[in-house]
Amino acid sequence: MATVVPLAEAVAELVHDGDSVAMEGFTHLIPYAAGHEIIRQGRRDLTLIRMTPDLVYDQLIGMGCARRLVFSWGGNPGVGSLHRFRDAVQNQWPAPLETEEHSHAGIANAYVAGASGLPFAVLRGYRGTDLPSRTANIKPITCPFTGEELTAVPAITPDVAIVHAQRADRHGNVQLWGITGVQKEAVLAARRSLVTVEEVVEELEPRPGAIVLPGWAITRVSEAPGGSHPSYSAGYSVRDNAFYQAWDEISRDRETFLAWMREHVLAGGALPPASAARATGGGARP
Amino acid sequence: MTVPSAPAYTSDEMMTVAAARRLRGGSCFVGIGLPSVAANLARRTHAPDLVLIYESGTVGAKPSRPPLSIGDGELAETADAVVSVPEIFNYWLQPGRIDVGFLGAAQIDRFANINTTVIGPYDAPKVRLPGAGGAPEIAASCREVTVIVRQSPRAFVDRVDFVTSVGFGSGPGDRERLGLRGSGPRTVITDLGVLEPDPVTCELVLTHLHPGVTLEAVRAATGWELAAAPGLLETEPPTAQELAALRSLTGGRP
Repeated sequence: MATVVPLAEAVAELVHDGDSVAMEGFTHLIPYAAGHEIIRQGRRDLTLIRMTPDLVYDQLIGMGCARRLVFSWGGNPGVGSLHRFRDAVQNQWPAPLETEEHSHAGIANAYVAGASGLPFAVLRGYRGTDLPSRTANIKPITCPFTGEELTAVPAITPDVAIVHAQRADRHGNVQLWGITGVQKEAVLAARRSLVTVEEVVEELEPRPGAIVLPGWAITRVSEAPGGSHPSYSAGYSVRDNAFYQAWDEISRDRETFLAWMREHVLAGGALPPASAARATGGGARP
Repeated sequence: MTVPSAPAYTSDEMMTVAAARRLRGGSCFVGIGLPSVAANLARRTHAPDLVLIYESGTVGAKPSRPPLSIGDGELAETADAVVSVPEIFNYWLQPGRIDVGFLGAAQIDRFANINTTVIGPYDAPKVRLPGAGGAPEIAASCREVTVIVRQSPRAFVDRVDFVTSVGFGSGPGDRERLGLRGSGPRTVITDLGVLEPDPVTCELVLTHLHPGVTLEAVRAATGWELAAAPGLLETEPPTAQELAALRSLTGGRP
């Protein structure tokens, strides 16, 4: 049964140097607060797994937390490059970064296999591309029934999965809705899991289209209001597109990046100010 | 000579309008950026029933303006259905249910293979690009593919540095040999004109010039010896209605 604990305590307990860590949330519900806590605690040599590294992994990579990145699309959505990711790959700054590169369909299926207790996933994918020549974890496989040649990827089973959700109850049952991405699969594929939530409520009200992750399938829950900023939590906040655009300038230069991280992440754990974002209490907020 | 009634427009606007016109209806798996603007323009003009599908799992999204990311909240709020990421790829894309895959590119070659991974050698890239995302399987499994990309010698190369998404591989028969079930790229729309694969050789040839663009200019912006299709046509310029709809979508930015 998931216990509800402060975020710093959950990260210290669940995330260790050298771990493989999957922090998911497909554009929506990205666990920034947890990522920043990992940076503050100075974790090193992590294998970071995430379909779309987004700014949160740009920050972790730029702060030297990562040894290896498993990903499928490493850009700043609608804006351009992830400069810290690029600097690590092109110039080994602040440290060399090994990469394992997939397509979205490949990683999504690898999580499904992990959640399903299977050693690998099979898909129609990658055929004819140069990706298999660069990733040992993409192999052809022949269908035993039809003889058709398909593609296999090994299951992803992270040491720890971290996701953000709208809310949890006091028993650690978690409810999330809107774009739900691969969060359920990542949590169920992982050995340990942490869910940060906008708020802990007395009772979860049923909500159309919502996923419920039972508390007994989660290791720890932490309250982190605003913890998905600059991404968003449907019903609580909107995506801070202005911040995503601003990040292009902040992250382009190493010193500017480090200064920003010192001021907004390392100093005291305050979240970066929402430039345009947080919904103002009304609307869908329960 | 200036025709007073002809609205002024940019080459990017011509490209987006020409791309939107190619989307007639059915379902469209939309890449972010230029494809998203064009697909939303099509839905606002001649194809109101066009089903927009984004890889975030939003099926039938009806955003009021093109989203910055493929997961902006408005996509989910306006969608017919919101499904998980494994589901969008496995149940919707992979079986070949989606009519058109609409992609951008950093590099594209004469056989319409697309690179969005690296410029230069993989192990020592000149430019590390974002990577594959949903594109390899979109290019493989949609019934057909439309590509929108600005034309330049850097983007239009004889052979891409890295095949992220397969067009026609090395030529005729490759898609069938690889088991790719969609028919592949049917149209490549640029800021200079329109290219289509030759039905026999699968090589991209120029079929349309946008108004005011010369064949020489397109050839100068292409990294292989570009052939023009017999009966090269000129694209109809954007109508005032198309431009108004486009500018209302982009907030007036040309």
